[in-house]
Amino acid sequence: MTENKIEIRNLYKAFGKKQVLNGVDLDVKKGESLVVIGGSGTGKSVLIKCIQGLLQPDSGSIKIDGIETVDGGGNIHEKMGMLFQGAALFDSLSVWENVAFVLLQKGKISKKDAKNEAIRVLRQVGLAPDVADLSPAELSGGMQKRVGLARAIITKPEIIFFDEPTTGLDPIMADVINDLIIESARGLGATTLTITHDMASARKIADRIAMLYQGKIIWIGTVKEMEKSDNPYLHQFITGSAQGPIQMEV
Amino acid sequence: MLRKTLGNFLQTLGKAPLAFIINLGYFTQFVAKSVYNCFMPPFYLRLFGAQFLNIGFYSLPVVGLTTLFAGMVIAIQTYSGISEYGAESVVASVVLISVTRELAPVLSALMVAGRIGAAMAAEIGTMRVTEQIDALVTLSANPFRYLIAPRIWAAIIVMPLLVLFGDIIGIFGGYLVGVYKLDFNPANYITNTMDFMQATDIVMGMVKAGVFGFIISVMGCYHGYRSKGGAQGVGEATTNAVVTASILILISNYLITELFFAR
Repeated sequence: MTENKIEIRNLYKAFGKKQVLNGVDLDVKKGESLVVIGGSGTGKSVLIKCIQGLLQPDSGSIKIDGIETVDGGGNIHEKMGMLFQGAALFDSLSVWENVAFVLLQKGKISKKDAKNEAIRVLRQVGLAPDVADLSPAELSGGMQKRVGLARAIITKPEIIFFDEPTTGLDPIMADVINDLIIESARGLGATTLTITHDMASARKIADRIAMLYQGKIIWIGTVKEMEKSDNPYLHQFITGSAQGPIQMEV
Repeated sequence: MLRKTLGNFLQTLGKAPLAFIINLGYFTQFVAKSVYNCFMPPFYLRLFGAQFLNIGFYSLPVVGLTTLFAGMVIAIQTYSGISEYGAESVVASVVLISVTRELAPVLSALMVAGRIGAAMAAEIGTMRVTEQIDALVTLSANPFRYLIAPRIWAAIIVMPLLVLFGDIIGIFGGYLVGVYKLDFNPANYITNTMDFMQATDIVMGMVKAGVFGFIISVMGCYHGYRSKGGAQGVGEATTNAVVTASILILISNYLITELFFAR
């Protein structure tokens, strides 16, 4: 039982009349990298927001390390880090203050030490120390993602979430970010949950892939199993075809 | 057919009040949560200081100009209304009372609502749509304590000081018109002003200002916090923050005045 880091059972979430999550069951094993794929608007973002307590699910259970979190149980945020789709850096703070935000919040560390630690982690994600004093608005999209990653991993979290980590990046930068994700997660021994619709990224970083469609996990397996699978929905998605059982609402 | 039309009609009719009640519920919840978190540690003194400076210091020019001209115009209006008899003391006292009781608090609050309420809604709204507020939560920082409490505290504390400043400038405006346009004796004008000055008027103006500060900051934060849908949503939040704050300022101004001055 303890092997599962995250256990989701029968998770439902609706916005008004739109049922976004329709009974999601999903296990993420300790130390594995699980990638959830699915088209736009299938509820991928809602799923990870529910896990992080940013959204309250209508019903269902989410256990982290076996502890139920849906009712606000457990101090979940201390175990988690998240890389947001648009990096979500605080634009009123400098880069290093963003990275060291949690350290400064706790106040147990001097400003100088916090900055040194921020610079160390920035180096780890391939950014030079002189970036530390810039403001986030002065950085390119790829650099912002790196800073976002640095902010997510500075506390050495046990679980890291990646929300569309490669969206909006050129293919080479996307691959650089993929490598960074793999390296940093492996370095920390962290469990990671990534949501993406970038199949190149999914193939590269995933131990297992789960496909979310109409608010349910309709397929789950390794990358190898995915390539061989004859699930028509999965096949249509990974080949990127307009023809198939998935009809896009235009 | 008739039944369906009637059903649709009733549905449309019911939608607006229902939406209003739902929003009122969200709003009440938001205010309760904000007030609660204003008293809960950690207190972000640096953020409070930044807001204090932004709301207070940088509003000085706009509040000064507004109250200066308000005081000046009251002096002229009063004089033209009762020019024959005892104008000198009447002008001084009317300027004093109208500025300290009403004009300085209300006009300053409306100007600050435009300047600061809009800025709060835009800043927090942008943080909402770019997921910075979610990021705060994932970094174990409570957005109500980090973003909202410092703004509310700063607005409540700084608004009375701004109004005190507005009082002085407004009375000075009346003095300028009285002395340089209406040829009153400067010493008499000051004496008249001092004679009519009452601590309760000034304190009441400042109490009102504190309430207005609360209204401005809460409306700015609320609309920003609940904004969605990108740039357009943030734009709407900004407009709503200013409009609702202005209306609530005028309504609460009447209620406070009635409570304390109607005998």
